[in-house]
Amino acid sequence: MRSIINILDLSVEEIDELISVANDIIVHPGNYSERCRGKKLATLFFEPSTRTRLSFEAAMYELGGNVIGFSEAQSSSAAKGESVADTVRTISCYADIIAMRHPKEGAPLVASLNATVPVINAGDGGHFHPTQTLADLLTIQREKGSFENLTVGFCGDLKFGRTVHSLIGALSRYKGLKVILISPVELKLPSYVKSEILAPAGIEYVQTTNLEEVMPELDILYMTRVQRERFFNEEDYLRLKDSYILTPAKLKNAKEDLAIMHPLPRVNEISVEIDKDPRACYFKQVLNGKYIRMALILKLLQEAGTI
Amino acid sequence: MNIDSIKNGIVIDHIPAGRGMKLYELLGLGKLDCPVAIIKNAASSQMGRKDIIKIDADIEVNLDIIGYVAPNVTINIIRDGVLCEKKSIGLPQILTNVIKCRNPRCITSTEQELAHVFRLENAEKRIYRCVYCETKASSEAE
Repeated sequence: MRSIINILDLSVEEIDELISVANDIIVHPGNYSERCRGKKLATLFFEPSTRTRLSFEAAMYELGGNVIGFSEAQSSSAAKGESVADTVRTISCYADIIAMRHPKEGAPLVASLNATVPVINAGDGGHFHPTQTLADLLTIQREKGSFENLTVGFCGDLKFGRTVHSLIGALSRYKGLKVILISPVELKLPSYVKSEILAPAGIEYVQTTNLEEVMPELDILYMTRVQRERFFNEEDYLRLKDSYILTPAKLKNAKEDLAIMHPLPRVNEISVEIDKDPRACYFKQVLNGKYIRMALILKLLQEAGTI
Repeated sequence: MNIDSIKNGIVIDHIPAGRGMKLYELLGLGKLDCPVAIIKNAASSQMGRKDIIKIDADIEVNLDIIGYVAPNVTINIIRDGVLCEKKSIGLPQILTNVIKCRNPRCITSTEQELAHVFRLENAEKRIYRCVYCETKASSEAE
């Protein structure tokens, strides 16, 4: 049974295929509106989420399917101490596919080892979030036309930012990538991401604390939020949360065709004035996320022989 | 027990000096009711000094634990006083319930019945990572 836990579970060819299907869904939504008729997606969200859960649910509804699930651990038997393994064995009896978010790293992998239907990791703590990465990749493809020869700046919390780690992993498989890592010293990209992803792929990277200095080089600026929930210590969070705030003034030397991305939710790291700038792509990412999740649900249900 | 010769059992030889007790603990040899001997700092032409463990019973030992603590050991299986099998062990690819994941954000921190499983990532640097959260194993065998 095929599940998607890590973006690297998908080959470059499979990602190209998903992007191609998502682009076709955007152009011909009517061709897909009955494809999952009679099928059910279970959204098992043990941690709060607005975008990801509703995106999965909207995706399934637009494929003609139905949705069951819960949106917080308190409304599931996890509150009574039920294990992830038992939960997904049970849900496998009701649903054709599962999307799971869990605060503990590795929980969706445990789910995939015990479920009898495909499991999609919808985010496990600070670890993986492959469908966000797919949404990011679809956005980059639609904005830039290709993944090759791009200079991508990642800004903010690069230590706990799972979307950053996943996107770096996915982009590292394409030619000509240059990565610029912009963060406070305390929130630098973990060394294992550098030694295990960037270095083996021979990817050029630069680390800096100064966003404005590197702005003219960037084709893509990927902003991230400093996440309160990843800190054990409130003082550290308060000290670092306003490290980088993107304002129109900071974009003065940016390229005309820069794509400004953010996995959302934002707190204050992108000024609302930027929303009107045609280079702002973060709400396009949200929409693209729904289309790529539709493509992924279709692929996994087809591979499972369910549709 | 005559530690020079056992009739039916296992001799774990070429343990790096100082690792014998760690191996004894991780293998749970203290719980056995058969004779077990640890020889520390024995002279070795290959290693200078080495530790040796002799178990005077034909039991199953966890080879993953042995491979993790001392990948270059030799395991001698003795039956009827005769050396009948000699095994060399390398670093195991997968470690199951040998070491624990220390990441408080890992699913193994809350689900007590889950096996702690680590995958060998780099044999040269002896790096193992938790299969669930990818946290690097702390080298508690050192």
